[in-house]
Parts: sequence; C-alpha cells; structure tokens
Amino acid sequence: MSEKDSEYLINRKDNQYEVVIGLEVHAQVLSESKLFSTSATKFGAEPNTQVSLVDAAFPGMLPVINEFCIKQAIKTGIGLNAKINKRSVFDRKNYFYADLPQGYQISQFKDPIVGEGKVILDMPNGQKEVGIERLHLEQDAGKSIHDLDPQNTFVDLNRSGVALMEIVSKPDLRSPDEVNAYIKKLRSIMRYLGTCDGNMQEGSLRADVNVSVRPKGSKEFGTRCEIKNVNSIKFMQMAIEYEANRQVDLIEEGKTIDQETRLFDTKKNETRSMRSKEDAHDYRYFPDPDLLPLEVSEKFIEELKNDIPELPDDKKKRFIEEFKLSSYEANILVSDIDTAKYFEEVVAKMGKNKDIKLAVNWITGELFAVLNSKGLEISQSPVSAKNFAILINLIKNGTISGKIAKTVFELMIDGDKDPQKIVEEKGLKQQSDPKALEALIDKIINDNREKAIEYKQGKEKLFGFFVGQAMKASGGKANPQLINEILKKKL
Amino acid sequence: MSDITKQSLTELVENIKNKKLSSTDVTKAFIDRSEKSMELNAYITNDFTSALDKAKKFDQKPNLDLKLPGIPMAVKDLFCTKDIKTTAGSKILNNFVPTYESTVTENIWNEGAILLGKLNCDEFAMGSSNETSFFGNVQSPIDKNLVPGGSSGGSASAVAGQLTPVTIGTDTGGSIRQPASFTGIVGLKPTYGSCSRYGIVAFASSLDQAGPMAQNVKDCALLQEVISSYDPKDSTSIEFKRNHYSKELTNNIKGKKIGIPKEYRVDGMPKEIEDLWQKGIQYIKDCGAETIDISLPNTSYALPTYYIVAPAEASSNLARYDGVKYGFRAKGENLIDMYEKTRSEGFGAEVQRRIMIGTYVLSSGYYDAYYLKAQKVRKLIKNDFDEAYKKVDAILTPSTPSSAFKIGEKTNDPVSMYLNDIFTVPVNLAGLPGISIPAGHDSKGYPLGLQIIGKAFDEQNILNIAYAMEEKINFKNKITDWWIK
Repeated sequence: MSEKDSEYLINRKDNQYEVVIGLEVHAQVLSESKLFSTSATKFGAEPNTQVSLVDAAFPGMLPVINEFCIKQAIKTGIGLNAKINKRSVFDRKNYFYADLPQGYQISQFKDPIVGEGKVILDMPNGQKEVGIERLHLEQDAGKSIHDLDPQNTFVDLNRSGVALMEIVSKPDLRSPDEVNAYIKKLRSIMRYLGTCDGNMQEGSLRADVNVSVRPKGSKEFGTRCEIKNVNSIKFMQMAIEYEANRQVDLIEEGKTIDQETRLFDTKKNETRSMRSKEDAHDYRYFPDPDLLPLEVSEKFIEELKNDIPELPDDKKKRFIEEFKLSSYEANILVSDIDTAKYFEEVVAKMGKNKDIKLAVNWITGELFAVLNSKGLEISQSPVSAKNFAILINLIKNGTISGKIAKTVFELMIDGDKDPQKIVEEKGLKQQSDPKALEALIDKIINDNREKAIEYKQGKEKLFGFFVGQAMKASGGKANPQLINEILKKKL
Repeated sequence: MSDITKQSLTELVENIKNKKLSSTDVTKAFIDRSEKSMELNAYITNDFTSALDKAKKFDQKPNLDLKLPGIPMAVKDLFCTKDIKTTAGSKILNNFVPTYESTVTENIWNEGAILLGKLNCDEFAMGSSNETSFFGNVQSPIDKNLVPGGSSGGSASAVAGQLTPVTIGTDTGGSIRQPASFTGIVGLKPTYGSCSRYGIVAFASSLDQAGPMAQNVKDCALLQEVISSYDPKDSTSIEFKRNHYSKELTNNIKGKKIGIPKEYRVDGMPKEIEDLWQKGIQYIKDCGAETIDISLPNTSYALPTYYIVAPAEASSNLARYDGVKYGFRAKGENLIDMYEKTRSEGFGAEVQRRIMIGTYVLSSGYYDAYYLKAQKVRKLIKNDFDEAYKKVDAILTPSTPSSAFKIGEKTNDPVSMYLNDIFTVPVNLAGLPGISIPAGHDSKGYPLGLQIIGKAFDEQNILNIAYAMEEKINFKNKITDWWIK
C-alpha cells in the first residue's frame, strides 16, 4: 500500500479534509491499594466495601502518597521514552459532584510526574511516531448509580481515590486506524510493564478524544471538540468518524465549529454537545497543601530503569534477528505480552532441532482460531506451551503429518493432553517406511491400471487421484512427501 | 475542693503522683466547676459522666509513670474524638460523631489524660472573638460580655476560668495566641509540622497547627511535649528531634539576642500596647538577655496575604461538607439545589464570606493576581524572618494590637476584626513557633500579652524565654468568678 492509499481523508465535492486527533488516555494504575489511601482496588467488589475514611473525605482526613503508584507511573514514563520529572506537584481540581467526596480531585496540573515522550506505531505503510505530551497521576472519582431508585441516586465509592495515569498525546494521530494502533500500543507497553492491566471492559483504560479537521495540506489546526470518556476502541473510532464528518459538514455549510465538550451516544452512534467552552468548569486548580511537592532522586529513577523488562519494540527487533521472523509475524507475537511469553516458552521447549516458522504458523493459525472460537485469552490457552512445542516437534521430525497434527491438536484441547500420547494411543504415527509405502502404492497402481495408463499418456491431473488413494489406504497416516516421491517413480 | 481547680497542671500531676489527690478528686472538681460555669458557654459537648467513670477506673489501677496521669482535660471541638460528637462549631457538623481519634488527642489520652468535653470555638476556626460559633458566643472569665478571643475562645475561657487544667487549641492565624492574650493565659503555636494535623477539622491546611494553652509556661511545655509527634498519616508532619520541653525548661536566657521588629509598631496602636512592649524589652534585659532592633520589611503585607491564602485553602477544604456523606443535609429539588440549601443553611455568614473570597482568588483570571502573588509574598515574609534569625535567637512583639473587646463590638466590621491577627499571622505564614504570655493589664484591668517568635523547631528556646520572663512579670490573672452565682 502506498502512503497515498492509506491516507484517511474526508472528501466533499472538490475538498479533502485531514482529521487531527489527540487522546487523553486514563489508565488505571495496577496497584493493590489506592493513590492516597490503603483501601483495596479490586474490581467488582460489593459497593462501598473498599472505602477508607480518606476516600470518603471525612473531616480531618489527610492523603498520604502511595509510593508504589509513583513507581508505576515512572515505569510507564520510561516505557513511553519520556522525561521523568524529578519534582512534581499534586494539585486540587475543584468541582462539586455527588461521587466526588472531597469536592476536589487530587491531580497534577502544572508539574506532572512525566513529561514529553513518544511511542512508535507499526502501520501497514510503515512506522509512525506519536508524541506524548505528558503523563500525570490523579484520583478516580466514585460512581453515581441513578437507576436503583426513582427518587434517589446511590453512590459507590469503591473507585474513589483509585490511581489513574492520564496519558496525553500530542495531536499527532490522523485516522481511526492510527487511534486503534496507538491505544493497542499503549496497552501493550503498560501490560509489559505491569503498570496497567489495560482491561477496557472493567474501565481500566478509557479515553477523552480530541478531534479537529482541516483542509488537506493546511498547517493550522482547526477548532477541536473533546469527546469525553469513551471506553472502547471501536467506540473511539466510530466517534471520530462521526465527529470529523460533522465538523466537515459545518465547514462546508460555511458554519463555524464551537469548541466544546461532547459525549458519544453509543446507541445512536453520534456525538452530542455536553457543554460549551463558555460553560466550561473553572476548576480553580491550586497545589494541594496537604501534600508536599513530590521529589524523586536520580537513583530512584535509575533503579526503576533497571527493573524495566524487554518492551515490545525491543522484543520485536530481537525476534526478527534471533528467529528470522518477518516484521509482520514479529508484530503479531509481541503486541500482547502473553502471546510473546507463550511463543518464547514454545521456542524454549522445542529444544535444539526446532522449526520456529512452523511454530509461528501454528500459533497464529490453529491456536488463535481455537482461542477466538472459545473467547479465551492466550494466558488461558487450553493447550500448554509445553505440549504445543511437542506437537510442533512431532510435525518437524516427521512423526505426524500436518494434517494429522490438526486432528491431534483438536484432541489436545480437551484437558491439555500430551500429543505424543495421543499419537501413540490412536496409532496416528505417520507411515514413513518406504518399503511399506511402495507395497501400498504398487497395489493401488495395480487396482487402477487404466488410470495409470491415462496418466502416462499425459493426463497429469490424475496424479492427485493416486495421492488421494494412497492417503486413503494409509488411513491418512502416510508421509505425503514420500508418497509423492514413490508415485513419481512408479508411474 | 475549689482550690483543686486553682492548681496548675504541674501541681496536679505532682499531687496525683504523690497520691495526695486522686484522679477522681481532680476530675470531680473540674466537672463541678464546669457545671457551675455554663454561663461562659465554653463547652459544646460535655462528657462528664464518662470522664468520672474513667477517673475512677484510673484510680483503681493508677499508672503514675504517665505524663498526664488521670488528668481531666477538655479540648477544642475541632479535634475529632472517637464516638464523641465533633462539630467544629458549625451547624453543618451538628450531628457528626467521628469513628476515629485525632493524633494529637490520641497522644494526650495515651499519657493518661481523660476527656472532659469539647470546647466551643469559632465556626471552622474562622473568627477572632468566638462569635461565629453556631453554638453561641463564649463569655470571657475576665468580664461579662467580653469576648475571650478566637477562634479557640472556648479553650481560652475554660483554662482562664479553671474549667480545665490545660487544653489544646488550633492556630491558623493567631487562634491560640490571641485568645490566650485576651484571657491572661499562655498559648503556644508550634512550628508547622510539629503536631500532626490528622483528625483535626481542616481550615487552612498550610497554616493550621495544634498547640497547648495553659495557666503557665511550664504546663504549656509539658503539654507540648505530649502532643508533638511525627505522624506518617500527615504528609506535612516533620521528623525532627523533639525535646522533653518541660524537663529541659530553664530560666537561664543570659546572652540570648532578642529582636525587636520596628514594623510591629503599627499606626493607631494604643499607647498601653506600646508601653507593654517596652516593659517586655526591660524584662528581657533584666533576664540578662540582649535586645536588638531588627526589620521585618514585608510585615505590612502579611495580613492581606493571609486573607488570600487561608480563604483559598478553606474554600477547597470545606467543599466536602456537601450534605452527601455526613453532617447536615437540607432537602433539595435536585443535587445542585440540595448543595445550595445545605451549604447556605449549614454554614454561618463568616464561613460563607471566606468561602466566597477563597473561591474568587482561585478563579481563573484572578489566580495569578491574588493566590500566586500571595504565595510569593509569603515567601518574602519567610525570608524576612530567615534574615532576622541570622542576628537574633528570637523575636519579641505584642500578641495583639489591643486588649479584649465587647461582644458584638466588631461583628459588623470584618476588617477591624481581621486586624486582631496582625501580629500573629506572619508567624503562621512563615511556619514558625510563637508563644503568647500574659504580661500586664490595660486600664480596664483586661489582660495583655506579649509574643515571642522563635526559629523553626526551636520551641525549647521560646519556652525558656517565656519561662524567664514569666518569673519577672509575675502576672496575676484577675478572675472574679463573676459568672458563678
């Protein structure tokens, strides 16, 4: 695909518009306890069972920074190739809401813990760099539940005070596909780091999407709208598509775009105005006097750097060099840490005489198909990496054919059975004894004399017929390569 | 019995340790006097029954190694006390019973003291006369219809009126020192970070500090020793070596250099204050210390700076009182309506005024001009002190620009009320320790106080200076028991 083909543009008559997108991703810090209290953060707990006096903002209660969350944020910053700020400040963002017990959210405004960085996206037409503006730490709010009672709103404070990382991108994204790749890349990096589980269904990863449009080739940014709190990649893409088209239509009609905050209605597939710039909250940010500025030493950062595992970009490079994989294959394997782990375990278990290409094909083919159909993650794979490696080796050393392997694989799924045992018990071992196969083929040629003559006279299509007969006669166990060789010789 | 309540904390501790008095004797005496003193309105909540039980229990198995063995004590109602209503002097917390204890009060009970009750104060500690309390104004034991000062007005009245041997207050801009000065007692505001703020209803977080109020300097030193502790639950608590202030107390201050800041000679200051200050300088010299004229050039900006920083923090700190989780809730048509009604009915006028000021100075477009500038000036004020402390060991000023005033006299003039804090707020802005000691009387016989300001963490030094001066001053508080029929 050429760059031209992949460009995402919105066309109207003679005009082409480019879409400019920036994301504010809210990623829940993977941590046992909250940002400023010791309450638990487990998902799905009974309402208001993970709430401390600090989380519920009782009089005289004070926040105390959870050092683990600080480490997680710094590690994420390192993973985003970003500048770690040795001094950062927690500010209060003041607003009233029923599920915001303090009447303010503790966040970082002017001095975030992480500054500028970048991530690399692998797009079909090559790599794309997306700038990171900043990463800051903040508290999550609680949850208002409006549908339990006709008169009252219920409030669940389990989430109140949970640590979030807000990762703000530069307006470098240009299409829904890039947004997809960007979110997946962020998720991948954070899962490698163990700093966010990236679980979008549980709300661990959500985003505010800033969208503007401009005539193709223009250097100026258009007026942007912010679409709040979108919680799936699919919805982000739909929202961008809708919003970009809405803005283009306004421009085409000669109207102006109002800078505003909008909501994406997932049922109607449209964005709706939530509040205009004039109605924007005045959050009255100021440094939280209950917390001193956060200062981290060079040594502290260095120690965390030493703790960083191999990240997707490096792993990909290594896979290509060490295992001679294509960039495409490597991408598939590294994008999810659990897939990479599985693959590396399979490679390790295959031993010396291994066929990595074959293993990759089987992982991305058969294994992915099974996981997909069962709706499982690779970490829940019904076939362990160890048995998977044995299966690949059985194919590689000719014990079974690829075709038989598929049958064996299906049997393995139920209870992670040892493929070696399946092959033995079911007698599926490939027939590779040339003498036995020759006898078998001689009989087939004898039984089909006329067809053999036709083949010799030039009806080459019939070769397949003989192969089929031979395979059938062997119960599918004959080594196909040998069958071919012998047939060619005999016919 | 009545002479028990006249005893100082140090004497009571000694008498209990020598078994001349039991905790029950002492507790009973203070309860009796407190019950006869309802007209002072010093208490918001009393816990007398339970206090007596605790005293009896203490006497059955007295632990005399403790620093406050069986000593009854009432505390300002800004400290959260487990299972005892804590109101902060506000309607909005009228029904609030904490399930937890503030670190400072915890420290006190751990040394054997017994809670008598919760003392009246200005609403959320916002006031200089104890007239903003939802629970009514407090009378001063000095004279009928005289304010005890504020915000720790109930605390000052209770100590001066001998309803409690000692107490603790909180001081954000002078709330311990000014009422101490008005009622003829000793009040210490410790260095910011010395006493934990955990469990204290917050007014202005960067300024609030708990501290002791007592009849004399030694009692004050003993209580400071008990309440000051490093507390990991308060991120602004500071780890430093804390003295045994009462044990290390000495009246030998020979050779100490005491600064006299010329900027504290403010326009319109009554002559009797100036005279008192001069007398103080003489006492310092009599003690063998030296006075040096110094300059704190940014002093005149302290009050405006304070009245930006403190309301800004308060506007945010008080956002949690929204009727949703605890405390008073008014009925509303919807969430916003409920908020507005709850906060309009739940907060008094002074609190609302400060929330509005604070909200204004933090608003976008005004932030730089007010809040940010105030923070810069705050730094300059701190620098002034740092400079001065290169030359002197402590600073002597009057505690207040006037003696106590009549109830109602200043309620309609907030600015003149705010001027009460003119000598005390710079100390909070700089995070320094300051102590007010009674040093004389005005023409009406009302007490006047002198303030000694120290270097950060140098409480021992200002306690020593206060101790030495106390001996020379030989102040006698004129308590006539006018309220006891």
